[in-house]
Amino acid sequence: MPTDALFRSLQLAPNHVRITFDGMPLSVPAGVSLAAALLAHDVGHTRESPVNGRPGAPYCMMGVCFECLVEVDGQANAQACLIQVEDGMSVRRQRGARDLLIGGADDE
Amino acid sequence: MHKADVVVVGGGLVGMSIAYGLALLGRQVTVLDEGDDAFRAARGNFGLLWVQGKGYKNSPYASWTRQSVALWPEFNALLQSDTGIDLHLRQPGGFQLCMSEQELAEETRRLVWLQEAFDGDYPYELLDPAQLKSRIPGIGPGVVGACYTPMDGHVNPLKLLRALYAACTLRGVAIVNGVTVDGIDQHASGFGIRAAADRFEAEHLVLAAGLGNRPLGAMLGMDVPVRPNRGQILVTERLQPFLHYPTTYVRQTDEGTVQLGDSLESVGFDDRTSSEAMSEIAARAVQCFPQLGQVRMVRAWGALRVLSADGYPIYEAAHDSPGAFVVTCHSGVTLAAAHALRLAPWIAGEADAPGLRAFNLARFKGQSEVRYAH
Repeated sequence: MPTDALFRSLQLAPNHVRITFDGMPLSVPAGVSLAAALLAHDVGHTRESPVNGRPGAPYCMMGVCFECLVEVDGQANAQACLIQVEDGMSVRRQRGARDLLIGGADDE
Repeated sequence: MHKADVVVVGGGLVGMSIAYGLALLGRQVTVLDEGDDAFRAARGNFGLLWVQGKGYKNSPYASWTRQSVALWPEFNALLQSDTGIDLHLRQPGGFQLCMSEQELAEETRRLVWLQEAFDGDYPYELLDPAQLKSRIPGIGPGVVGACYTPMDGHVNPLKLLRALYAACTLRGVAIVNGVTVDGIDQHASGFGIRAAADRFEAEHLVLAAGLGNRPLGAMLGMDVPVRPNRGQILVTERLQPFLHYPTTYVRQTDEGTVQLGDSLESVGFDDRTSSEAMSEIAARAVQCFPQLGQVRMVRAWGALRVLSADGYPIYEAAHDSPGAFVVTCHSGVTLAAAHALRLAPWIAGEADAPGLRAFNLARFKGQSEVRYAH
């Protein structure tokens, strides 16, 4: 799909995989981190802070700032910069804190 | 040369609480803070305002602790009004989760003693697993029971430290960072504190430097028996609120993370983490709340508690150095309100505090046992 991203790849990737972000299909280079893949598309913010709702997107790209948290295949609070994209990955914006559903029906 | 009414050595929760209390009384205060290479208990603690079980066979300590938590709402309101910082003070009562019948019996024995010491005025409840589950839904089957008292609470300890710095600054306290005290001179009108090329003069001197109080006390000829006890803390990813009470092992913070802790190690001046202690802390937390087994850890740290030889605080008006005070405790959060609103007036000479006599240095003559309470 056409995108107007803030970042542009330096070289054309030989292979691509398909992922979805909040249901929107994206074609991304194989072998890159999920954070890099999202930055290369115009998806806007990728999480909303559980403390104050502030929108955030991948920042440090090395696992320490936790700005890149997303939900990956149902797993909340995944650090997108530490995960490699895989074909068919279903990614959702992380909205607020993870719900452990204690006292609820199940965990996920 | 810098002059003040009072120099407080130590910029942690104890020193800053006292400095704030002295500033509220109009004293000109200078705080000397060592630097980021210091052992900073104030930046590693768990954030409990804990009463239950404390002061077993030492009712002055139990009274002092209760006095502080009763003062906490006033202390919190003062800090909030000065700084606008929300410390997230919550005092809903707290649970000691017991993992064995033996532990439950021991905790019960302490609470029975304390209730008698207070002529019945020491509220607590013992809960069986079913009662506990109705109060805390996520509790696991490995918990055999719990003690609850309505006196316990919790607060965000880092926001407390930040608020104390902001409030002290606002009220004219001079905070000097990166200072290591090399020597203390006593003279007729007070004290001269030497730190590299700097010199600080004050009529009153408060040593509130945690583990640093041992060498600082020795500069005035006092033996201050404090030693380090390491605690490690694990922190989880942020979760929706699920735990609305503090417990001794598990506490959910105001911003969603869950702190797991309460390890005790005598390892000297080593404030690192260890995989053995971390795995024990994690295993016990999962026993308490099985669903935590699905949760990610994001941080861990070690910090050194400041334990006196009998585990209780030290409040010493130095006998041979009039105007000098030694203050040490391992509950800098719980006791912060009493330190600001009761201890500081005593140090300033504006209020008597007969209850504090139980905590002077003379008690250590010939005693060496350590009793630990949170």
